[in-house]
Amino acid sequence: MTVESTAARKPRRTSGTKRASAKKAPQPKSSEPPLVQLLTPEGERVEHPDYAVDLTPEELRGLYRDMVLTRRFDAEATALQRQGELGLWASLLGQEAAQIGSGRALRDDDYVFPTYREHGVAWCRGVDPTNLLGMFRGVNHGGWDPSTNNFHLYTIVIGSQTLHATGYAMGVAKDGADSAVIAYFGDGASSQGDVAESFTFSAVYNAPVVFFCQNNQWAISEPTEKQTRVPLYQRAQGYGFPGVRVDGNDVLACLAVTRSALERARRGEGPTLVEAFTYRMGAHTTSDDPTKYRADEETESWQAKDPILRLRRYLERQGLADDAFFVALEEESETLGKRVREVVRAMPQPDSLAIFDHVYADGHALVDEERAQFTAYQASFEDADAADGSEGNGSEGGN
Amino acid sequence: MSVQKLPIAKAINESLRKALETDPKVLIMGEDVGKLGGVFRVTDGLQKDFGEGRVIDTPLAESGIVGTAIGLALRGYRPVVEIQFDGFVFPAYDQIVTQLAKMHARALGKIKMPVVIRIPYGGGIGAVEHHSESPEALFAHVAGLKVVSPSTASDAYWMMQQAIQSDDPVIFFEPKRRYWDKGEVNTEAIPGPLHRARVAREGTDLTLAAYGPMVKVCLEAATAAEEEGRSLEVLDLRSMSPIDFDTLQTSVEKTRRLVVVHEAPVFYGSGAEIAARITERCFYHLEAPVLRVGGYHAPYPPARLEDDYLPGLDRVLDAVDRSLAY
Repeated sequence: MTVESTAARKPRRTSGTKRASAKKAPQPKSSEPPLVQLLTPEGERVEHPDYAVDLTPEELRGLYRDMVLTRRFDAEATALQRQGELGLWASLLGQEAAQIGSGRALRDDDYVFPTYREHGVAWCRGVDPTNLLGMFRGVNHGGWDPSTNNFHLYTIVIGSQTLHATGYAMGVAKDGADSAVIAYFGDGASSQGDVAESFTFSAVYNAPVVFFCQNNQWAISEPTEKQTRVPLYQRAQGYGFPGVRVDGNDVLACLAVTRSALERARRGEGPTLVEAFTYRMGAHTTSDDPTKYRADEETESWQAKDPILRLRRYLERQGLADDAFFVALEEESETLGKRVREVVRAMPQPDSLAIFDHVYADGHALVDEERAQFTAYQASFEDADAADGSEGNGSEGGN
Repeated sequence: MSVQKLPIAKAINESLRKALETDPKVLIMGEDVGKLGGVFRVTDGLQKDFGEGRVIDTPLAESGIVGTAIGLALRGYRPVVEIQFDGFVFPAYDQIVTQLAKMHARALGKIKMPVVIRIPYGGGIGAVEHHSESPEALFAHVAGLKVVSPSTASDAYWMMQQAIQSDDPVIFFEPKRRYWDKGEVNTEAIPGPLHRARVAREGTDLTLAAYGPMVKVCLEAATAAEEEGRSLEVLDLRSMSPIDFDTLQTSVEKTRRLVVVHEAPVFYGSGAEIAARITERCFYHLEAPVLRVGGYHAPYPPARLEDDYLPGLDRVLDAVDRSLAY
């Protein structure tokens, strides 16, 4: 009932497995620079002189599966927010190719610094998607161990994580390792000083980091034009490293370009800025209303470039996947959605004393004191209840 | 070396040197810390001996310095970063407060943030704007950070060792006008805990509590008061987060009077926190309200006026008189 009802209310947001009307895909404005593209919106393979991929049918089906399951997870989380089960959700709808393409380019020993929207990258890293929901449910601020999957915690302050990625990459280089680091951020973050500083530091120290900017055209209600007067990938030139713009709705191109940038980093040639030119089909988060700040025609024009649809067209056209594959994937999607729903609803209320846990690694006298006060305050209610079965006496305790 | 007489700046330098020697994961980072050895020469000679990979001159970008230190800590390094002056820390304040302080809690304890941020702070050196501030309360207010300030060469040496070994982020405020004050440093003595207050001078009539640059002023005040027949106890808090209230309480229960002295503005300052907590703990022992001596609610003034702004001997003794008059 969840996703179907959401889809029914907002039919434009979930069309991954349906054929959209065969409109001609809108091209970038004439002033816009060309994109690296390997798969057209119509699902035709094209070649690019600098970037190539040669994937097996199984790998292609795998990318398709990743995108479909990621979208299904995202739709479930959106529905759960609407049902009051999550306090907030940041949907990735429309950005599946950018995330799966770049995510599948990574090696296990690479390290990812996400924003709060990289659900598809988390998927590629093997992070259980339900782990991503704790902070949106309000039971923790992240909570997973970043070193388990080399996937750092979600960072909410815009752009901060690009510096963490740069520092981590400086450490990788010091260690003499050939791992690479990838930092995700958006077009809005490109205006932040921290992103500029991370470009400076990574260039100066030749850090093995890939800056993966998902230009989804909107920073909440502010269009890219309010962030920059030049195409974002061109920023890299001023810092002395390459920038490339890739069709962010083309999973093959995102894979090829990211892989190339990661290899460059591994070879000790320093950072690369990848601008994935894509579109956020939904709201920035469930708290905003995109109908207030952008035109339906724009959103519709991007629907024709849907990343899932174009790969499906290719798979079908080439006979790389049969009906049984799509049916099985549909079932897998529903199973995933059901599991996510159940796990979220079953997330336990955190223990009240968790407020005082992990504030410091080595402890802190004030935290110990306040924990003890709070424990005593809570115990006072239990004592009162035990004494006469009445409600707490309204003690003003605490400190 | 085991016992040596060193200026505070040199004691920190020796401490950093020892940390670099002992632990290959320790890094020094900051603006001008390499060839120049820092504008106060606190890192003098370290890059020469440990190389550019361990003692790292950074771009002039404070947020970048702290933000990349966080990333290096995530990779297993223990960065010790220098913010060149107190008033320059604010571009990095976001990284310190929203990231560094919260990372351990955000990960439910799965990751640690052993980052030390060295900040030469306070006035009294005739500097220009932004070079004389005391922003310690802004950091002590933030859960997840520890904040310390040594007042002697020995503490400078040992507290730096302890700060670097801590798995928590430590904001290490260095009293810049005391950099050249000499004191004995025993590099083999076993130091007390990083956050324990120290009785710098024993007395019976009133407790003066201070830290960093004001400890010396309070000791001078106690000497002057002695001539007037008054016995003042001087407590060097050493740590502003956490504060060793137990040691302070013991002292106040003995003397029954407390004056807190710091350079930072009194309004919302650490003196306010200390006054409130000691009033709670020692309400029935106190013979007078806890008084505070510190800076005014005004931007740190031009150098020609800093003697009016900074608490000196007379202002401290005036507060002592007021307390004893109750």
